[in-house]
Amino acid sequence: MTVELLLQTLLSGILVGLVYALVAIGLTLIFGVMDIVNFAHGEFLMFGMYAAFWGFALWGLDPIFTLPLTTLMLFAVGVAVYKLVIRRITDAPMLSQIFATFGLMILFRGLAQYLWKPDFRSVDHTVVAGKVAFLGLQFGLPQVVAAVGAVATTAALWWFLRFTRLGAALEATAADKEAAALMGIDAQKMFALAWGIGAACAGVAGALLSTYYPIFPEVGSTFILVAFVLVALGGFGSVPGAFWAGILVGVVEVMGGFLWDPAYKMVLVLSLYLVVVWFRPQGLMGKA
Amino acid sequence: MKRAASALAIAALVGSVAFPLAATKVTWQNTAILMLMTAQMGVAWNILGGYAGQVSLGHAAFFGAGAYVSTLLTIKLGVSPWLGMGAGAIAAAGLGVLIGWPCFRLKGHYFAMATIAVGEIVQTVVNGSDVLGGAVGFTLPMAETGVWGFVFNRSKLPYYYIALGLLLATVLVNWLVNRSHVGYYLRAIKDEPDAARSLGVSLTRYKMIAMVLSAGLTAMGGTLYAQKELFIDPGSTLSTSLSIKIALVAILGGAGTLWGPVLGAVVLTAIEEASRIAFGGTGRGTDLVIYGLLLVLIAVFQPAGIMGFFRKHAPRAAPPPEPEAEFP
Repeated sequence: MTVELLLQTLLSGILVGLVYALVAIGLTLIFGVMDIVNFAHGEFLMFGMYAAFWGFALWGLDPIFTLPLTTLMLFAVGVAVYKLVIRRITDAPMLSQIFATFGLMILFRGLAQYLWKPDFRSVDHTVVAGKVAFLGLQFGLPQVVAAVGAVATTAALWWFLRFTRLGAALEATAADKEAAALMGIDAQKMFALAWGIGAACAGVAGALLSTYYPIFPEVGSTFILVAFVLVALGGFGSVPGAFWAGILVGVVEVMGGFLWDPAYKMVLVLSLYLVVVWFRPQGLMGKA
Repeated sequence: MKRAASALAIAALVGSVAFPLAATKVTWQNTAILMLMTAQMGVAWNILGGYAGQVSLGHAAFFGAGAYVSTLLTIKLGVSPWLGMGAGAIAAAGLGVLIGWPCFRLKGHYFAMATIAVGEIVQTVVNGSDVLGGAVGFTLPMAETGVWGFVFNRSKLPYYYIALGLLLATVLVNWLVNRSHVGYYLRAIKDEPDAARSLGVSLTRYKMIAMVLSAGLTAMGGTLYAQKELFIDPGSTLSTSLSIKIALVAILGGAGTLWGPVLGAVVLTAIEEASRIAFGGTGRGTDLVIYGLLLVLIAVFQPAGIMGFFRKHAPRAAPPPEPEAEFP
């Protein structure tokens, strides 16, 4: 294996991993704030993809240009899901929370199939089509743009959480609900915000993916498993953990598919995850 | 109260024995068999997920172990599926120990996530292995009707009664576990793990007992499935959606209760089949919309499951006697 090839797979892995990370960050944010694992998170991504697709199919708008609109739409969807369903199960046992979000997953997939048919769709020409050369290596421009977009979104979120009052309030709620409430932070508002941001992250990832990935009602299932692994690997509720886990898993997946057999790349990723939690049950950056 | 419960149990038993004799339509019998098999999985899951509180979302691995071991033994060596059922249960119990050993260190969501990972690994490996049939799976060869061969071509009735028997046996194991000292320890591990440990209860040992029983019984259901369908593949016997369904059945009925998973299976299968029959023909996902919507509504309005509903609305009974805890 030559150095170029090694570098090519390594960088491709990072490109994929950055998009994975964005999906997982939304999931881990929701978990961090309210201890709920959202099984319907892949469906937020799916909605993001369809939003981008219909903007393109109906009005010829490029998924990249409609990205802000997609983000707002998914934010609204996330808040709506919280207000209509999740708000009512905040204090329910973990088992019924799984039950509820799993029901949402089936509902959303069914809805997509009902409204938009089970066909595979794709956005066949976008401004980001083509290749880009880097260090003498070739990468698909859509993949590069998706990765850059994912990093930009992640950075924006990180800035929001670190340097704004609202972000600090969100982090405070995640750290200690009661103490945050005593400081006058409205927990309900923070929960709704977490769901809005979480869904928007998945929506951005979906819109970015729509430039090179097929769009169909079950597309979320491919990404939700990886997102679960990232969230647990990084540590439930840890945004930086999910980010680094995303890059790690992206590299392992692409390398594994290249060196071994693409059919087994998930086995490698899942085994890596099991090995890590064997040594660190709280994940890479989770609280013990 | 006690008498009413026994009367209800006897009525339910007589009703379920007589049901397929009265309802002779094949679709009805098929739905009833599906209910019994689903209930059996839920009751088996309940030992680990309900009583011990270790939420497994990878039980399809055990179900698949039962289906694959018996099928392979029958196809390659001509062994009777009844023996295969035992072998499958032992294999699944072994797999359970293998999974429990690393995963029981994990708590709550981490444990659930790890079991999803293990289930996915098993599915992917079987999918890619030619020896294990790959993605195509196995079709059991046509055979003469015979009890020893576990083949009944003329009627669905034998499958119905085998499923009923297996369900009752699984409930019996559940009941025995629940009233033995193991049951007390498991509840202690679920509610107060630190207190249980400080009193000398070996957490891993009792979780492992629950795992072995739960895995073995789930595998027996897998063998029954293989013999009834005469076809198995990773999608139908090893998928994560099957794992989640097994858990949902118990959660819907009421995890940690004896009859909850049975009720949950009846209700869930009824909803699923009814929406499929009413709207499934359109191929547009209407059945999924209705099924998903009902799951959400149940979770929102009845978070403690069906048994929780009955408990809340039942006439006040005398509180159960305090269990006499015995510690070694």
